[in-house]
Amino acid sequence: MEKSISIQSLEDYKIGSVESLRLLRETIFADQQTTGKLVSVCCGSGCMSSGSEHVRDAFVRKIKDHELEDEITVKKTGCHGFCERGPIVVAGPEKIFYQHVTKEDVPEIISETLIENRVVERLLYEDPVTGQKCFHENDIPFYQKQRRIVLKNCGIIDPTSIEDYIKVDGFRALAKIISQMTPEGVIEEIKLSGLRGRGGAGFPAGIKWETARNAPGEEKYIICNGDEGDPGAFMDRSVMEGDPYSVLEGMMIAGYAVGASQGIIYVRAEYPLAVHHLSTAIARATDMRLLGHNIMGTGFNFEIKIVKGAGAFVCGEETALIASIEGKSGRPKPKPPFPAIQGLWGKPTIINNVETLANVSRIALNGGKWYSEIGTPTDKGTKIFSLVGKVRNVGLVEVEMGTTLREIIFDIGGGIPKGKRFKAVQTGGPSGGCIPEELLDLPVGYESLAKAGSIIGSGGMLVMDEDTCIVNIARYFLDFAQNESCGQCTPCRLGTKQMFKILQDITRGRGKPGDIEILLELSDAVKQASICGLGMTVPNPVISTIQYFRKEYEEHIHERRCQALVCRSLIFYRIKDYRCKACLKCLQACPVDAIIGAKWQVHEIDQSKCIKCGTCMEVCPKRFNAVECVTGLTEVLRDQSE
Amino acid sequence: MSDVTLNINGITVRADYGATILTAAHDAGIYIPTLCHCPDVSSIGVCRLCLVRIESRRRPEPACRTIAEEGMVVVTDDPEIERLRRVILELILSDHDFNCLLCPKSGQCRLQELVNRIGFKEHRFNRLDRVAKDLPIDTSNPFFDFNPNKCVQCTICVRTCHEIVGNDAIDMAYRSYDIRVSTFADQPLNESACMSCGECMERCPVGALVPKKAEYPNREVKTTCPYCGVGCGLYLGVRGNTIVRARGDDESPVNKGNLCIRGRFGYNFVDSPDRLSLPLMRAYDEFTQPSSVVEVTEEGRPVTLPLVKREGKFVEINWDQAIKYVASSLAHYKGEEIAAVSSARCTNEENYLFQKFTRSVLKTNNIDHCARL
Repeated sequence: MEKSISIQSLEDYKIGSVESLRLLRETIFADQQTTGKLVSVCCGSGCMSSGSEHVRDAFVRKIKDHELEDEITVKKTGCHGFCERGPIVVAGPEKIFYQHVTKEDVPEIISETLIENRVVERLLYEDPVTGQKCFHENDIPFYQKQRRIVLKNCGIIDPTSIEDYIKVDGFRALAKIISQMTPEGVIEEIKLSGLRGRGGAGFPAGIKWETARNAPGEEKYIICNGDEGDPGAFMDRSVMEGDPYSVLEGMMIAGYAVGASQGIIYVRAEYPLAVHHLSTAIARATDMRLLGHNIMGTGFNFEIKIVKGAGAFVCGEETALIASIEGKSGRPKPKPPFPAIQGLWGKPTIINNVETLANVSRIALNGGKWYSEIGTPTDKGTKIFSLVGKVRNVGLVEVEMGTTLREIIFDIGGGIPKGKRFKAVQTGGPSGGCIPEELLDLPVGYESLAKAGSIIGSGGMLVMDEDTCIVNIARYFLDFAQNESCGQCTPCRLGTKQMFKILQDITRGRGKPGDIEILLELSDAVKQASICGLGMTVPNPVISTIQYFRKEYEEHIHERRCQALVCRSLIFYRIKDYRCKACLKCLQACPVDAIIGAKWQVHEIDQSKCIKCGTCMEVCPKRFNAVECVTGLTEVLRDQSE
Repeated sequence: MSDVTLNINGITVRADYGATILTAAHDAGIYIPTLCHCPDVSSIGVCRLCLVRIESRRRPEPACRTIAEEGMVVVTDDPEIERLRRVILELILSDHDFNCLLCPKSGQCRLQELVNRIGFKEHRFNRLDRVAKDLPIDTSNPFFDFNPNKCVQCTICVRTCHEIVGNDAIDMAYRSYDIRVSTFADQPLNESACMSCGECMERCPVGALVPKKAEYPNREVKTTCPYCGVGCGLYLGVRGNTIVRARGDDESPVNKGNLCIRGRFGYNFVDSPDRLSLPLMRAYDEFTQPSSVVEVTEEGRPVTLPLVKREGKFVEINWDQAIKYVASSLAHYKGEEIAAVSSARCTNEENYLFQKFTRSVLKTNNIDHCARL
């Protein structure tokens, strides 16, 4: 048996047994202990869009200029989750956490931190409450309340490097499973862990696997559902981009447990980086014989290929996804038959979400019992949320189940910016509901959120402040739903369309008494009568907003008022003649020349021309504050002002 | 397989093993409304009107797709289900051009039937764009029209084209509200792969696919299609002495109610002024008067024969003369000198007789067939 591997031969190294994987891990460890300093630049999609590619290039160039290539390595990592503060750089042996790094900061980081081992203070994160500077990731309040299990490698490893993944215990779970455990044992372990599907429906993963294992058939499939479509959600994207190997490992474990030898990753074509990282990972793993025939000499075979989705939201639904892979148009089919019994090409098929599969390797390595102790007695483990909207720390957060919404939004998210008041939080994307302030102490869990009229869903969390019009939010989600409905079943195709029309009418000041009742009746019909999960859940935003914010609907309908001053048909701008100093600012700025007046002549808005863009209010000097935006029975107010 | 017993609306119903709740209920005389169900093709359960409440199931299930199980307890019309159906029907109507008086389907329209059965009182919903837009009617097909304003997206036509005809000329295209029946690349029907068999038109529950000539027959005559040797059974709808419609005979073991373009639409020749009613013979310059009857000699040849092949014209002769002429001509040849070709337009019996005649009378095996129309 081989005793050691020279690091030069790593490129062509093939893993033929469990033992050789261990050997490889030790070799990588030993090698990286001896190499010099490390600077990791976040190259997740969030940081990339704020320019992290340039920062990385600058590092590479400067290090070359200083001829420090042998001492300093630049690493591209996946998402840290704290996207609000990107680009993020973690530098030096001390792992100092720098935020908002630009390419101009690069020389300073190199000379100060990487060479002199000093901290560049101005790039540190400052706690807005205490004013304290945070040196490390773990010092930042955003990370303190999180428990990162799925995201534990994101931001640490280079997602394109299999060596990096092996170093952080990668493929150890797989090795353990295929060499020591029976498929039934694996399923038992998953059942013990209490892992439920993270894609939205929350179906217990162990039971799904068991059904597929017991379903008759030689050929079975494992599909990884990476068709993340909720607006504002990017959990799966970050996992696929930042830690693709753990998705592969999860699929392989699922394959072993279910008796499948083929895996398919269905990923949106809108995620080019995820596709790139996943295909690199598949190629590297295949090269190393960690994928393919007779994996680690145990006789277990598994292959993975990628199918790119064309961007239909409904293709995240299992049966529509299968149809899409089969080359048909992506429309759901009624269940039963369930895919676990009759799925892709009529064969038993497991479809698990990216996050679910990424959890699998952690469970396999640490045991189902370990996992079941995380979270609450009813909801186990952790959940990643993408915290977006009117919140200070926009980003990805992974918390234990049972954490309250208040903790997530105020402790981790840092609360609402600009001193505004919190109004509601929308969880679960278009399938979820709006949760008001009274319910902020609700612990997140499948049942607790369902009781409040929402769902965990795939983990979108959209925070709204007092400037958000709740009717407009409902209209927005219904617009999304009516566009993304596949259109085959009547209630979903026409029901969502009708609901959207009614909501649009309300926001345009054409609401009628009785609209709320019709909306509720339609919501109920669409929920009960639709074929698939999309129709069953898309009325949720309407139902929950009516439940908690009925008054706001009524104001829109009966009083033609939009308290948040969002619905343009219900507001208008006017100039307070006693404050106007006739400075001409608004007059010049108005894009449609709707403002009448001249120098020394108080300005006035011609309501028939005004498009309600709000420019006049913006440009009016704060000390005059002459432009105001009003809502209410618009016609009456307008008459008064004229 | 054995039967199953289930309970529908408190009535004990026996159903065949594997039958759906819808079939079981209909067989037992219990009405369940449905729009997208067609017994000839598979069920997909998209109209959602046949939803029924099944004890122990969380949500209402479509009766057309749910297999009846032993001991199942089904309720087809509790107030909740009826409310759901009414909302769905109202939704369909809000998207339907119901100018019923001008619709050729009126009186036979399944949507009208549903309105009567489920009940519809007022338009509570907005009229939708499909109606407002007044989409163009596809009149390109010579036999039937497609009116998208009346289409209810039940997909029966698509399933028919796929499952019964196997032609796949049409499919559902686009998504969400824009979903519609479409040919490949949205071509007009007659430029598409459509073979104009009209099977989809026959099954369309509403007035979206209707024949161009929609006349109701006074009576129907059962007959066999004269076009080819398959011998499809068909009913000709007759008005006075004119054929106005043809439909497949469901009982016929040959076609089980299906027809092709010829059988369904190709009956105009019956009353065509160009139709041949007597044998024709090519005559020569001397016999150009069309009305004149050709004289035939003892040998069966036309009189005054310069037997030179020249351009001639057809003139009518009677059957005796024709047969005499053919017989006498054949008498000049023997056995292997003769070859016979018969037609696919003939019936099996005619073809059989012809080969018998060729083999035993003409004494040759040189018999063939054009094999297709």
